[in-house]
Amino acid sequence: MTIREMQQVLDARFLYGEELADLDAQFVFSADMMSDVLAYCGKCSVLITGLCNPQVVRTAEMLDIVCIIFVRGKLPDENMLALARGKSIAVLATEHYMFTACGILYENGLRGGA
Amino acid sequence: MSEQLTFTYSIDGDDFTRAGEASSSVKNKLKMLGVSSEAIRKVAIAMYEGEINMVIHADGGTIDVSVSDDDITMVLADKGPGIPDIDKAMQEGYSTAREEVRSLGFGAGMGLPNMKRFTDEMQIDTVLGEGTTITMKVHL
Ligand SMILES: Nc1ncnc2c1ncn2[C@@H]1O[C@H](COP(=O)(O)OP(=O)(O)O)[C@@H](O)[C@H]1O
Ligand SMILES: [Mg+2]
Repeated sequence: MTIREMQQVLDARFLYGEELADLDAQFVFSADMMSDVLAYCGKCSVLITGLCNPQVVRTAEMLDIVCIIFVRGKLPDENMLALARGKSIAVLATEHYMFTACGILYENGLRGGA
Repeated sequence: MSEQLTFTYSIDGDDFTRAGEASSSVKNKLKMLGVSSEAIRKVAIAMYEGEINMVIHADGGTIDVSVSDDDITMVLADKGPGIPDIDKAMQEGYSTAREEVRSLGFGAGMGLPNMKRFTDEMQIDTVLGEGTTITMKVHL
């Protein structure tokens, strides 16, 4: 599924990275604790989280994640978006809660990768 | 590369938002040196957890990263409180982090276990009241 398709099924907004919209992803990890992401993300290239601070982008960077999806309407600040731009990590924001966002992506064929 | 390359970073203990800059820089440098993406990933994860620990538990410190033909060595040295019981600290889920740190996404007690999991060698030298030095190696 491409980042564009994820954006559409989640009714999400691009906060950064429309130009990355054609990137394809198969495996997704979701968590609010960044150490869990670092430990278990495995081959996942998309991160769904309700945590919103610069360390989310740093964590994504360490794992070569291509897209961060913020749930529950969390909005990263300009500093976080600048970090994401610098690393070419697309950033989406959806109003859905974590469970619903994960469920929608699972229904559309995405899987956990660990 | 037959010469050994070393990069040194000073980690600010006051600024959680900047934690990870050193790990990010190392990741870029290793990429430019042509190190395998598998090794880079291990180094990035282990060093980042260590860097976060220096900020949340030890008020900062210094990190030296050296690259040789055989391995990448990270030495993280701080002058923090030291670790009273290393075995306990190494257990998954053990954490003395404050609630505030937890709300920032760390403090789940997974940092040291992650550092061990993603490196080939890890040694902790610690003296209570003086500080902690953690040496980690990833083989190439
Ligand atoms: N550099 C350090 N200096 C002092 N104590 C540390 C240091 N690193 C880790 N610790 C101690 O070890 C515990 C476990 O560390 P870790 O596994 O990274 O979990 P967390 O950072 O989530 O608490 C910490 O809660 C802390 O008590
Ligand atoms: Mg830690």
